Amino acid sequence: MWCRFLLTGMLVWLAAAPASAFVAYVSNEKGNTVTVIDTDSWTVTKTIKVGQRPRGIEFSRDGKFVMVAVGDDDTIQVIDTKTQEIVDTLPSGPDPELFTQDAAGKTMYVANENDNTVTVIDLGKRARLGDIQVGVEPEGMTISPDGKILINTSETTNMAHFIDTTTRQIVANVLVDSRPRFAQFKRDGSELWVSSEIGGTVSIIDPVKREVTSKITFDIPGLRNEAIQPVGIGMTKDGKTAFIALGPANRVAVVDGTTHKVLKYLLVGQRVWHMDFTPDEKYLMVTNGVSNDVSVIDVAAQKVIKTIQVGELPWGITIAQP
Amino acid sequence: MFRWLIGTIALSIMATGAQAADPVEIHIGYLGHAGVKSTLSLVEQPADNDGIAGARLAIEDNNTTGKFLNQRFALDEVKVKDSDDVVKVATDLAGHSDYIITDLPADALLKVADALRDRGTVLLNAGAIDDRLREQDCRANVIHVAPTRSMLADALGQYLVWKQWKRWLLVTGSHDQDKLYADALRRAATRFGAKIVQERTFEDTGGARRTDSGVTLIQRQMPVFTQQAPAYDVLVAADESEVFANYLPYRTWDPRPVAGSAGLVPTSWDAAHDQWGAVQIQNRFVKLNMRRMTALDMQAWTAARMIGEATSRTNSGDPKKVIAFLKGKDFSIAAFKGTRLTLRDWNWQLRQPILLADGRMVVSVSPQEGFLHQVSELDTLGVDRPETKCKLQ
Repeated sequence: MWCRFLLTGMLVWLAAAPASAFVAYVSNEKGNTVTVIDTDSWTVTKTIKVGQRPRGIEFSRDGKFVMVAVGDDDTIQVIDTKTQEIVDTLPSGPDPELFTQDAAGKTMYVANENDNTVTVIDLGKRARLGDIQVGVEPEGMTISPDGKILINTSETTNMAHFIDTTTRQIVANVLVDSRPRFAQFKRDGSELWVSSEIGGTVSIIDPVKREVTSKITFDIPGLRNEAIQPVGIGMTKDGKTAFIALGPANRVAVVDGTTHKVLKYLLVGQRVWHMDFTPDEKYLMVTNGVSNDVSVIDVAAQKVIKTIQVGELPWGITIAQP
Repeated sequence: MFRWLIGTIALSIMATGAQAADPVEIHIGYLGHAGVKSTLSLVEQPADNDGIAGARLAIEDNNTTGKFLNQRFALDEVKVKDSDDVVKVATDLAGHSDYIITDLPADALLKVADALRDRGTVLLNAGAIDDRLREQDCRANVIHVAPTRSMLADALGQYLVWKQWKRWLLVTGSHDQDKLYADALRRAATRFGAKIVQERTFEDTGGARRTDSGVTLIQRQMPVFTQQAPAYDVLVAADESEVFANYLPYRTWDPRPVAGSAGLVPTSWDAAHDQWGAVQIQNRFVKLNMRRMTALDMQAWTAARMIGEATSRTNSGDPKKVIAFLKGKDFSIAAFKGTRLTLRDWNWQLRQPILLADGRMVVSVSPQEGFLHQVSELDTLGVDRPETKCKLQ
């Protein structure tokens, strides 16, 4: 394994000598696996067996671990990035789906779909600190850049809940369109974007006023409106360009981060879910749930350059330096 | 129980630091009929709270949302017996509920709709699948959440044609609603290019559905009943009365699949449906009701959620505003079907995908790929705008 890794690394180095290789981890919802992809060779280097129904997946802040929510096992598993093996589990509530961490990597917040709560976990002690009652079917989770506000979206209540991270109390609720699935702040904290899968829109929320200031809508010629179901959102660090996965529309929308205008649609695989950038922001990888692959997008060129076969029904993805 | 509910809500309002003002109260009525029909299969026997249980879950869901908006929902449940004056019961209910979810036969529903027309009460039909309620007998104050017979038949028809099972042997029961379902299936065959190679009628000669020595006899009857049929691909049964259809699978003279009222059944919901986040509502439902969720439960859930959705979107307890939103172009509801459900503005029928289930698994979901429509593919199911006989008033 180590040998093969070395060999692949050398071959790639000989061929193109790119700046640095990253490692992408893809959760496969049906396959109960996590696929590991080398972003230099764009090849699968390992498939890790995990618990049942892996979905939300994210690197720990120190980059040493990958955490994956295995909803049907009611836990979050921790993968050591050195050995690429499961080394620990976290005490999430029932049916964890998506989660987020504070900047220090000490506290984790988990959306538990089954009991309308957000669970707070102390990552150091691996202990559950408490629960926050939110709306029906909590899903999207993100934290404001200043760390003060946690956002949770609830899919049947159709709200973005603003939670004070100090008091763990809800301080505001913003109504958005049907089935909000994903939330993301701009790096400068000036805007919060929330995708509504069934509503077919992305709401732009002013985090100070805590109200929706505009909505991004999508119109793809020849495609019925109901098929446009925004889910995952990726934004460049400078906030200038955003990518929005449109689910069964099989496309990723490229959106101007300032004007909120859709610039173009990139055709990817079937039922595109979530995405992540390589840390240098040269590439964006998106998971295609039904076609069992991952599309690689050249961010500058705004083009799909590659498709990589992964496990069954890929869902989440996270990328970082190895 | 009721006090406990109020207690919880009061607590959560305090906890979220919301307004101290009294919550806006929204009462939703549920008007069902007493007595459940007897089914051939014991596992399909409806529970006493069939339908109501779904509405109760939606009230819980609405209240979880409502606590953030200072809105409180309550369900007023009434069941009528055949001997009751349904109009009087409905009028009493309309005294404190501006919206009434109904599970009534077509004629009773029409009586209630006409009696409540001038009060502005909106009825949400969760139980009656009759096409005529959306066509020649349509009413402006009735929103139909239940699918129609023609939507169900089209959903099945599209799948059978997609599967290339185009030669149908149609077996119809002898009761009126069986004949209506057979009409819808014939229409589906014509629309989607299937051929009914022969029709047979299964006469209801009476008799119990539960017997100690039943199987032996059925095993002899069903092959005989289905023999000497012309070449066919699938037996399609129209038996809403639960007289024979569930006896057919594995007993036909020729080894053929069964669909319609048994075998592959078109339905708005199935306890096995787990796509599009459905497993979440299935879990919530089982937790609350200690049984699995039926199509009628889902139809009632959707109806109560539609009121909840319109109330939160308008942030208003004013039924005029809520109803205007429900009937407006911005209304849609998410109901675990992978797409938003909207209302047909010519007869207030809820557009919805239809599941095809075999009692254990969801086999497919219609509309099927390739059945196209200029407005919404969901309008390939049922009677479409150009064909409608409805004149809303």
